[in-house]
Amino acid sequence: MAEIHLRQVGKSYGEVEVLQGIDWKIGDGEFVVIVGPSGCGKSTLLRMIAGLESITQGEISIGDRVVNDLEPAERDIAMVFQNYALYPHMSVYNNMAYGLKIRGIPKDEIERRVKQTAEILEIGDYLTRAPRQLSGGQRQRVAMGRAIVREPSVFLFDEPLSNLDAKLRVQMRLEIKKLQQRLGITSVYVTHDQVEAMTLGHRLMVLNGGHVEQLGTPIELYERPLTKFVAGFIGSPSMNFLEAKMSEDGSKAHFTGGNSLELPAHLSGHGDRRVSVGMRPEHLLLDENGSNTASATVHVVEHLGADTLVHGTFGNDDGPELVVRLDGIKTIGQDEVLTLSIDPNNIHLFDPDSGKRLNT
Amino acid sequence: MVEHRPIVTLISHLVLIFGVAIIAFPIWITFVASTHEAARMVQIPLPLLPGDQFFKNLEQTLFKGLEGAGAPPVGFMMVNSLIMALMIAGGKIAISLISAFAIVYFKFPFRMGFFWMIFITLMLPVEVRILPTFEVVANLGMLNTYWGLSIPLIASATATFMFRQVFLTIPDELLEAARIDGAGPMRFFIDILVPLSRTNIAALFVILFIYGWNQYLWPLLVTTDQSMYTVVMGIKQMLEAAEQSPDWHQIMMTSLLAMLPPVFVVVFMQRLFVKGLTETEK
Ligand SMILES: Nc1ncnc2c1ncn2[C@@H]1O[C@H](COP(=O)(O)OP(=O)(O)O)[C@@H](O)[C@H]1O
Ligand SMILES: [Mg+2]
Repeated sequence: MAEIHLRQVGKSYGEVEVLQGIDWKIGDGEFVVIVGPSGCGKSTLLRMIAGLESITQGEISIGDRVVNDLEPAERDIAMVFQNYALYPHMSVYNNMAYGLKIRGIPKDEIERRVKQTAEILEIGDYLTRAPRQLSGGQRQRVAMGRAIVREPSVFLFDEPLSNLDAKLRVQMRLEIKKLQQRLGITSVYVTHDQVEAMTLGHRLMVLNGGHVEQLGTPIELYERPLTKFVAGFIGSPSMNFLEAKMSEDGSKAHFTGGNSLELPAHLSGHGDRRVSVGMRPEHLLLDENGSNTASATVHVVEHLGADTLVHGTFGNDDGPELVVRLDGIKTIGQDEVLTLSIDPNNIHLFDPDSGKRLNT
Repeated sequence: MVEHRPIVTLISHLVLIFGVAIIAFPIWITFVASTHEAARMVQIPLPLLPGDQFFKNLEQTLFKGLEGAGAPPVGFMMVNSLIMALMIAGGKIAISLISAFAIVYFKFPFRMGFFWMIFITLMLPVEVRILPTFEVVANLGMLNTYWGLSIPLIASATATFMFRQVFLTIPDELLEAARIDGAGPMRFFIDILVPLSRTNIAALFVILFIYGWNQYLWPLLVTTDQSMYTVVMGIKQMLEAAEQSPDWHQIMMTSLLAMLPPVFVVVFMQRLFVKGLTETEK
């Protein structure tokens, strides 16, 4: 078990900078998730921690050792790859035992550890099989087993669930979470899937184009995204961003399409400017008696059972596009005009140019 | 396109049977000739049905050699051929695996330069460089040795190329997983790359064994000592050695024997690599 400390870490391939100035302290036993769109540098960062990529700027330490110049095997880490990277010609048992054999651990100790790990992961029946004789979910377990059996101080996961079907993904996600809670080993998990990130991580790092957009707990990121990017990335369906003009005293926003909304009280001082107003689909309520109301024109309605997604425009047909998520099943017709209300505290304001959050 | 007209079926069968006959007939003649006495083989017409001397000829050829020619027994030459073919096939596979490993997995100065140099040797088979190669082998004192027979034939651009392609299909993550598991380069090579290439090694072994076994010109050049004769050159020697008319029954028996090891290798390895191919997954 160990802390991981990233100090001003950066990576460039020749002239191309893919990561800049990453500073993060990951606590002992913490489960952190690095999340971001494809190509933002998540894997690169993880592989730098693993020792599979060189560190071109800054310093990484695991425990109390700076690991910049250590081989992967010397860093006391284990990694689960997206495609599992099981040795195709070795049985499940040998796949798990290989690293232990190389480290010169006695045979009976290896056997004990492999058996024990196999039991935790319920793969005890497959130990003699080859990876190709296993289903995707079973391979995934073996890949995890290979990591666990080494008893490392850090687990690294690179999109380990991306190759599974949706149902299995949800199940394995839960298992990974339980397993990490049970073993208490510091884990870094990379994913592009915000649901995985939100459900798994104690803390998240949102990466975008090689720099950190925001660090924080899932709830912090959801409630107080610091940039438009984070706001749009976290939550599903994505937050609505509507262009508006703020009133001079900063208390109201006026939208094309005819609507006006009251803004949170602590937002004065930005008067008379353009803003991007962020509202989560689930925060818009169907409530005619609410205090802060606006209208929306319905274009398409999607019934998901637990909730109803309404796609339309804010105000009349000229207004900006909008998605509303209503609880339960609602019968709403096309072209109907809805009256929506929103708590001013659920309104996020962003600078339309820089994308930075305006309200504190 | 699948046709079901009887006439087409008939014609295609005839064509195929004709093809098989063309290939099989000489082998049949060889076999027939090896079952008769020497005297019968110089009478016209030549026999088309087997005689009763097969085992006598077999024993004579295999263990005693050509009557009066002083040549070593064919069994002896076959052992030489076997050693040479195995050394060539084994050596080629070992060298090519290691060169491909170096080229694919290591960064060193002039890597592509070396790659192209290996590639260029494709243009230089033994026949082209036979004089300088002979000179080198002679100066190294390797005439009339197994090393002299096999080493100049071992370098192989084709096999290096093939293994390079095989290694390129092995996912990088496998190397990375092995690095995390603590495997150094040689361990990775032996524990992972070689086992994953085993079907290719088997296939290549078949081809290279036959290539080695069938060598004629080079053994002819570097062996003057009869104890180093290989069977393929032995057959030719037999034709020339006899002062009277050639001993066809023994020469044919030798040819027959010379065909057997490649046949065994193909039959045996075929099972191995079909099995390997069906269970391969990388
Ligand atoms: N070997 C390399 N040479 C140059 N650029 C690379 C290399 N590996 C990755 N990159 C670039 O680094 C960026 C981040 O890649 P990666 O970490 O794999 O992204 P992801 O967040 O999808 O895992 C990408 O833009 C990719 O093109
Ligand atoms: Mg990636």
